Amino acid sequence: MKRRALAAMLTGSVALPWAASAADLEVTHWWTSGGEAAAVAEFAKAFDATGNHWVDGAIAGSGETARSIMVSRITGGDPMGATQFNHGRQAEELVAAGLMRDLDAVAEAQDWKSVINPPSLLESCMLDGHLYCIPVNIHSWQWLWLSNQAFADAGVPVPANWEEFVAAAPALQKAGKIPLAVGQQGWQMTGIFNDLLLGLGGKDLYLKVYDEKDAEVAGGADVAKVFKALDDARTLSKGSNVQSWNEATAMVISGKAGGQVMGDWAQGEFQVAGKVAGTDYTCLPGLGEARYITTGGDSFYFPALDDPEKSKAQEVLAEVILSPETQVAFNLKKGSLPVRGDVDLAAANDCMKKGLAILKEGNVLKSTDELISPDTTTQLNDLMSEFFAESMTAEDAQKRFAGLIESAD
Amino acid sequence: MSADGPPGRLFKNISAKIASIPMILTAVVVFLGGTLWTVIYSFTDSKLLPRLNFVGLAQYERLWSTPRWIVSIENLAIYGILSLIFSFVIGFLLAALLDQQIRFENTFRTIFLYPFALSFIVTGLVWQWILNPDFGLQHIIRGLGWENFTFNPLYDARLVMFGIVLAGLWQGTGLIMCLMLAGLRGIDEDIWKAARVEGIPTWKTYLFIVIPMMRPVFVTTLVIVMAGIVKLYDLVVAMTAGGPGTASEVPAKYVYEFMFRAQNLGQGFAASTMMLLSVAVVVIPWAYLEFGGKRRG
Repeated sequence: MKRRALAAMLTGSVALPWAASAADLEVTHWWTSGGEAAAVAEFAKAFDATGNHWVDGAIAGSGETARSIMVSRITGGDPMGATQFNHGRQAEELVAAGLMRDLDAVAEAQDWKSVINPPSLLESCMLDGHLYCIPVNIHSWQWLWLSNQAFADAGVPVPANWEEFVAAAPALQKAGKIPLAVGQQGWQMTGIFNDLLLGLGGKDLYLKVYDEKDAEVAGGADVAKVFKALDDARTLSKGSNVQSWNEATAMVISGKAGGQVMGDWAQGEFQVAGKVAGTDYTCLPGLGEARYITTGGDSFYFPALDDPEKSKAQEVLAEVILSPETQVAFNLKKGSLPVRGDVDLAAANDCMKKGLAILKEGNVLKSTDELISPDTTTQLNDLMSEFFAESMTAEDAQKRFAGLIESAD
Repeated sequence: MSADGPPGRLFKNISAKIASIPMILTAVVVFLGGTLWTVIYSFTDSKLLPRLNFVGLAQYERLWSTPRWIVSIENLAIYGILSLIFSFVIGFLLAALLDQQIRFENTFRTIFLYPFALSFIVTGLVWQWILNPDFGLQHIIRGLGWENFTFNPLYDARLVMFGIVLAGLWQGTGLIMCLMLAGLRGIDEDIWKAARVEGIPTWKTYLFIVIPMMRPVFVTTLVIVMAGIVKLYDLVVAMTAGGPGTASEVPAKYVYEFMFRAQNLGQGFAASTMMLLSVAVVVIPWAYLEFGGKRRG
């Protein structure tokens, strides 16, 4: 993984010179796993069809690695044509510093205000009444992916919620399986914690902690239950020595592990492996507990450029990405939900349909990327990776979590 | 110095002075200026972009109350002390052995120095594979029949730093050996002869005569090794990425991650200022002893 990150950095630096000719637009992103690469190729295809040229600037490793490279390039005066960030606050200061261009004209012409659903997505792209980014998909974190084969091998029925999953774990272990596959990176563990918080604690608790940043609630009895469950997750994940999330998903796909808590982007991996939702694997939104999803996901930002031809191409790209056809093609491959309420996802599989249904019910919340700053997220990731690697008690971890929420911004 | 008066002083070696202007400018503007800038901004609440909004010592207070930073410092101390001791001891022993007029000395020297030609990233990846329990050393030895053999430092929070020291030593000891060997070769043959005539055992000759004579070599080596220790970053990133948990975090990694990932420049600057301080604590007394001493003597 790290070697690939290096390679990508090197190719990235070599790729700069040929981004110079007109209407070639370099787009940086961190979509490098099998399913992701297939999805982003749809964007490239649609953009190339307009006569412009998509210069792919994939940065491998993880979003964390990629974002620091993107930010240094933009602040260092070497901006790309367009770049991916997650919905929310990651590019907040870049926008405020005037390094990004607004897309008001295109938004007006395409009437995005009325087609983007849920509207909160567009709101998190706005600053002082101007639109600075376009959401391209909705990704939700709140999924438990289960290997039907692993449970069949262990001789227990596939669980329908988190409690049943924990109860079925001993049988899995007896069959020589690791119950919960977890990649050893902080953000993946934070994801599990946040999912448990929303799944077991419910919407109000989630918002009290992350939106109101109420340290008393974060240190209280309700969150204590979540940390107890996290303690279970830690026990169940013993022996999963993989690093990246797709390696962990591969363990579920091959039936070596019982399940994985991961966002719906894991779905793309199942699809690439030719697995069928419902028969080969099972997905439980909200971990089978509270049926809420957070509307995280990816957005595209467009750095301010001097070259008028490239600026024109940026507008074309924005239009292409949000067109109904591209939205459908891209999201089917990516396993995410489209940002337009008016497209038909007839080809969607079981899991995506579950997600669409929740979206339709309006059971959507802002993701942590939108609620807390990257600084707080980093500290949270550190805490979680420490908790998973060491014998820290749930009580100590909660105490530090409460302190973190108190100083959060 | 000739006594030609004022014009001679300024214009003496004029071409050499002109040639060194770019380097002087680089040193003053980039190193000194950059350092000052960093220290000043470490007292601000800069986030993604630097801004001059002073918050006093808040960044430092947060830094020293962050468990990850404390772990980083401890790890650097463990790595520093161990690699200092072992690279000197092993490096000197290898050099002394090579110095016994053995056959194939060139071959051995090349073999020992080879790892130094690899970058820390490559070293780290190689050792990550060797120490990986699923297909590395542990796997091979278990395959040979020792079913209960366990050697799994990179996935054990208590042992992970020792795994990193191991890789660091493998990479760096060859260079130390070469420096020591150069030092040993610089010792006059007559001293050995004299020692032999006096009937002093070889180990005593090394310990009480040769090593004290090699002081300049030791000082140079010490500076090289120390500089390598403080900037330890890539080896950790390649081997463990700071894991398991935060058990193998190091200060340089903390600086990088808070500046670029957490988008909190102020915190990263505060951490790098502390690193600068720790280097200064080591270097200033040394520089005083080395250069101040010479002037007196």
